[in-house]
Amino acid sequence: MGIRVKIEFLGGLDVISSGVREHKAVVPLEEGEATMKDLVEYVTHNIISDPKDIPVFIEDDTVRPGILVLINDTDWELEGQEEYVLESGDVFTFTSTLHGG
Amino acid sequence: MPEPKKIKVLALCELCHGRKAVMKRPKNLQKLCKECFYKVFETEIHNTITDAQLFQKGDKVAIGASGGKDSTVLASVLKLLNERYEYGLELVLLSIDEGIKGYRDDSLATVKRNQVQYQMPLEIISYKDLYNWSMDEIVSCAGIRSSCTYCGVLRRQALDRGAAKLGINHVVTGHNADDIAETVLMNILRGDTARLEKSTAILTQSSGSPIKRSKPFKYSYQKEIVLYAHYKKLDYFSTECTYAPEAFRGTARELLKSLESIRPSCIMDIIYSGELLVLAPKKKKTTRSYKNNKKISTGETEVNADGSVSLKRNEFKDGNTCEKCGYLSSNKICKACVLLAGLEMNRAKVSIEGNAAVDGAAKLGKTLEQLSF
Repeated sequence: MGIRVKIEFLGGLDVISSGVREHKAVVPLEEGEATMKDLVEYVTHNIISDPKDIPVFIEDDTVRPGILVLINDTDWELEGQEEYVLESGDVFTFTSTLHGG
Repeated sequence: MPEPKKIKVLALCELCHGRKAVMKRPKNLQKLCKECFYKVFETEIHNTITDAQLFQKGDKVAIGASGGKDSTVLASVLKLLNERYEYGLELVLLSIDEGIKGYRDDSLATVKRNQVQYQMPLEIISYKDLYNWSMDEIVSCAGIRSSCTYCGVLRRQALDRGAAKLGINHVVTGHNADDIAETVLMNILRGDTARLEKSTAILTQSSGSPIKRSKPFKYSYQKEIVLYAHYKKLDYFSTECTYAPEAFRGTARELLKSLESIRPSCIMDIIYSGELLVLAPKKKKTTRSYKNNKKISTGETEVNADGSVSLKRNEFKDGNTCEKCGYLSSNKICKACVLLAGLEMNRAKVSIEGNAAVDGAAKLGKTLEQLSF
């Protein structure tokens, strides 16, 4: 089965995924059980191309401060952050706010 | 469990109570829908501008435009506010081409699109034309560690010259609340109390420069600027400069981001603290005259890390010009010329060593390095 989702890296964060901004992915977990925490885990192990870039994305077991996370274009802080339950068709956007302006 | 359902009930915008909230303001944790967020974000900037009386009707204002998120949002919001509140401003985009291959060339392409999107004139000033040095050449000569120092001093003068060329005496930049809090924090951590006082000023004017600078985004959070650009689908460029950012600033930024994740208001709080931290005037004078006893008599001026020059009201004489380049300067030789003279001496050395890999040297180095923000 698995959950079909779209994952985007914006604001320069595509450096951690070989310059690819948009990824279509199937998270190999049961819908209704998998949470945002699983998605972050999935991204860390399946999308980040070089393991040494993991600290750019993860800090203290969660998404690094300074990376803005949107779930279907809504701030993940309004969606329960890591507790959010994944649904098929979800779009997850990770945007770096740390890049120069 | 009933808890997830509760979240859905609370998911309405706290201002209009009609639409779904899409974001949480770091400033006050308010949950807002897209429309209300735009309105609040724009109105706060308008209030910042009017409270500080940044502009007069008929002013010609240059927007320091890098193509990055901050300056792109600044151009967009200023255009909108100028029309909505009838500021009567003439807005121009002013970009600096530092000559950094793989970075600035791409970001300038974004500015050129902005020029069309916002229908504003665009002026590009290049380091190479102005100083006969591109940043790539400077770094290959002086090393990567001091790149920000050179770039900062040169950019400041380049912006001034660009503005002067356009007959403009006011440059606005996209520095946001996070940037200012970061600078306050850095100055505290370094014990740099003299700069601390200036670092929160919304409007500054360097000695020797007829050009004013201001920061309309002084109270705007980075998160909101990024969200605004994202929701409005603004066309901005987001690749980090190929030269390593100042290490200390990078660390201060990470510290600030970690603090923000625990207490989002801390950015505002740091700015507030910075605004109210004022040095006792007497103490400042004694320290300065002790340290810079000889320098002061020759009129030498300290140059800040960001390239600005600390104002010393007593000694600054208006209308002095640099003996070398003829540009306005409070010293005999302006800081840019001092740096460039140092470089010229090194250029000779570097070419003797046969080590002058110039164009895109940084890009190559960066690719080899471990990537980090």
